[in-house]
Amino acid sequence: MKDDLSVVLCGEAGQGIQTVERFLTRVLKFDGFNVYATKEYMSRVRGGFNSTEIRVSSKNVKAFVNRIDILVTLKKGAVNHLKDRVDDHTVILGEASNVDDGYKFIEVPFTKIATEIGDRIFSNTVAVGTLSAIIGVDFKTLEKYLEEFFSRKGKDVVDKNIQAAKRGFEIGEGLVKEGKIKVEIKKDPNVKDDLLIDGASAIGLGAIAGGCNFISSYPMTPSTGILTFLAEHAKEFGIVAEQAEDEISAVNMAIGAWYAGSRAMVTTAGGGFALMVEGMSLAGMIESPLVVNLGQRPAPATGLPTRTEQGDLLFALYSGHGEFPKILLAPGTLEDAFYLTQKAFYFADKFQVPVIILSDQYLVDSYYNISNLEVPKVQPQKFIVETTKDYKRYQLVENGISPRGIPGGEGLVDVDSDEHDESGHITEDLDIRVKMVEKRLKKFDAIRAEIIPPEFIGPKDYQTLVVGWGSTYPMIREAVENVGDKKMAFLYFKQVYPIHPDAKKYLQSAKKRIIIENNATSQFGQLLKLETGIDFDKKILKYNGMPFSVEELISRLKEGR
Amino acid sequence: MDKKIFDMGPIDIAWCPGCGDYGILNAVKQTMAELEIPPERFVIVSGIGQAAKLPHYMKSNFFNGLHGRAIPPATAIKITNPDLVVIAESGDGDIYGEGGNHFLHAMRRNPDITVIVHDNMVYGLTKGQASPTSREGFKTPVQVEGVILKPFNPIAVAIANGASFVARASITDIPGTVKILKAAIQHKGFSLVDLFQPCVTFNKLNTYQWFKDNTYYLEDSYDPHNKVEAFKRALEEDKLPLGIFYVEERKTFEENNMAYEEDKTPLYKRNVDLKKLSNLIDSMRKD
Ligand SMILES: Cc1ncc(C[n+]2csc(CCOP(=O)(O)OP(=O)(O)O)c2C)c(N)n1
Ligand code: SF4
Ligand SMILES: [Mg+2]
Repeated sequence: MKDDLSVVLCGEAGQGIQTVERFLTRVLKFDGFNVYATKEYMSRVRGGFNSTEIRVSSKNVKAFVNRIDILVTLKKGAVNHLKDRVDDHTVILGEASNVDDGYKFIEVPFTKIATEIGDRIFSNTVAVGTLSAIIGVDFKTLEKYLEEFFSRKGKDVVDKNIQAAKRGFEIGEGLVKEGKIKVEIKKDPNVKDDLLIDGASAIGLGAIAGGCNFISSYPMTPSTGILTFLAEHAKEFGIVAEQAEDEISAVNMAIGAWYAGSRAMVTTAGGGFALMVEGMSLAGMIESPLVVNLGQRPAPATGLPTRTEQGDLLFALYSGHGEFPKILLAPGTLEDAFYLTQKAFYFADKFQVPVIILSDQYLVDSYYNISNLEVPKVQPQKFIVETTKDYKRYQLVENGISPRGIPGGEGLVDVDSDEHDESGHITEDLDIRVKMVEKRLKKFDAIRAEIIPPEFIGPKDYQTLVVGWGSTYPMIREAVENVGDKKMAFLYFKQVYPIHPDAKKYLQSAKKRIIIENNATSQFGQLLKLETGIDFDKKILKYNGMPFSVEELISRLKEGR
Repeated sequence: MDKKIFDMGPIDIAWCPGCGDYGILNAVKQTMAELEIPPERFVIVSGIGQAAKLPHYMKSNFFNGLHGRAIPPATAIKITNPDLVVIAESGDGDIYGEGGNHFLHAMRRNPDITVIVHDNMVYGLTKGQASPTSREGFKTPVQVEGVILKPFNPIAVAIANGASFVARASITDIPGTVKILKAAIQHKGFSLVDLFQPCVTFNKLNTYQWFKDNTYYLEDSYDPHNKVEAFKRALEEDKLPLGIFYVEERKTFEENNMAYEEDKTPLYKRNVDLKKLSNLIDSMRKD
């Protein structure tokens, strides 16, 4: 085989796929292997088919691939569930009773071995042992991991797990020896000390780094993980993490929190964001900072709750009645998820506007090893002024950004969702109305001066320019690098609104422009056209709820060339 | 403290002459003066409606947010800065109708805020439709043949649902109202004051005289610590009792919150513990 392996585990919810995934990815990393994982699951707590892809490679990979090199089946029907991704080269491992008719497979009696050791529950560990041996893990690493993981449960549990791992490991070694599976993946000693985290944690850590000390949200996939991450660390970092009665409350709480001096965030999916839209408008009118994580999933309405999509870009862009500035960010990597979330707090506070982080199920649920997330050296800047007796919240200033005070000082801090005068009092004076509209919109100039530029990857003399945004980044990048076109470049946008002025220049210089999006109507393409006047020659779109795979992008990029 | 310190000087007030809201403005100023709470030390959070305009008419910090949404920001403001006195003040439509869900759940959370509801049994600002507390039979341009819904009973709901201070007042008696408002603000926890307020323009049924004729004060011997008794009194309908129905000492949202368990510094003064963050990230290398 090769130096890049895709292992897929498939079974039903609650069967222990997550345990195998957890053990295996950790053991691989501790042994020095680059590892990536992403899951695909149904919206149910039991039954159905869930699968996890674990990609192990000599290189640091972060992208989803379609092919399956090794498939571990834990339930009958699993192979059929993945039939489009299974071909002759796929090695299927499992018990005969879990393999669908007509497939060649290698029988590995996970459950039988587990029962011999004392309990079916050890079958997960047997599987981890087998896979570890195939990939080339040092058994000592696996042993040490199990020891630590089960130490709290006592010696017997530790011993039995090690025994199970050993039995599985021997089977794996056998398969390699017999030449049934060949893998040659290089280790990198530096990987051992890497971080292995998912998108939800990266966003959560970014929020803490940005000074977030208040999160109010209502649970909704795929964003619940960010709420639970911050709740888990609430005591340690002094964060108020509140499950609100609904999303309307959540967003209004967050805005109230900013008013009094907190740094607040809400996290939700499209359906919850729909309820929060009044809050976007409120933040626009009272010029409140606000940070929203909008985890996109296939819609309209409830859609496919556990799948992925980039379908809410234009909804987010136009969210909130009336005209006011906002900022949209879209991380494509774990590092960006961390840095952009941090940046969202800076932008929100500095410009007194709502900032939306457009994540999605794919980004939030996938993980891989990264070398570091750099913690800022200094405290996040707070743009709050001390108030004096004559303080006016909406003082008309040159750049439209009135100094923001909080209650508790000498002055009075008055904000109003009605049109208001400089002091924050309700007014129907039409001249003041015009001044206030202009003041709010003027903030765009300051915002534009700090737009995060798109990342350009590829040859300067490119002829074809591929454009993408947000979570599709790793797949597009790997596809463009492997498509075999020396004149193809990739432009990745991590700030999708306002759009950096360089966008036009990049687009103009290309002979052929291709946009890739996980939606049906090329929303970012529409936005780029609106902003630059330039259209795309080709749109590669996917909207079945699954992320793009690298292979699929390579073949679609080649089409019609 | 002289209540004049809350005066705004000459301003244009959008309330009709004779409206009960003037009495409430007076009573709130009087309450804050008697409690010696100057404008900088408290925040009035309101929604949208005639009642919700009140903070514009007295010196105060205020957050005049959206219709129905006075309570969520008030909750967040209090926990961000527990030194502030926080009042949520709005109409019956705003708090009981549009904001009904927040009303229900905030009392369970028990933030130390006081919710004052101008209960005029009508939607004033939108010109006279039924509100949740409108009486059966009340005719409006929308409820053409009269309201057929049962009126919402905020007092009974609040007692049943865990509010730690529940009172009803009527602005037909300003000194009596001030007494109740003072107790409500001094209570530590979620306080509800359902405050009867005649709307002279759109509610010709529930007038000053009607409120006088149809209310009476709970007797001096009444004990507000008995929940079952309180609930019984809350269900009285022939004549509506005024006064403090129910009081319960309970930990507040702020006191219970994990964020304040180890560190009492108010949120707005806090910095990120960057060292801890580094440690957390590093711990993930071993996890
Ligand atoms: C989301 C939303 N829906 C409707 C309105 C229109 N509206 C403004 S105030 C109000 C009701 C006012 O009644 P109440 O809260 O009882 O206050 P009052 O004017 O009687 O003091 C309504 C329906 C609005 N501002 N926002
Ligand atoms: S409409 Fe009614 S509630 Fe509003 S100001 Fe006039 S009298 Fe008062
Ligand atoms: Mg009303």
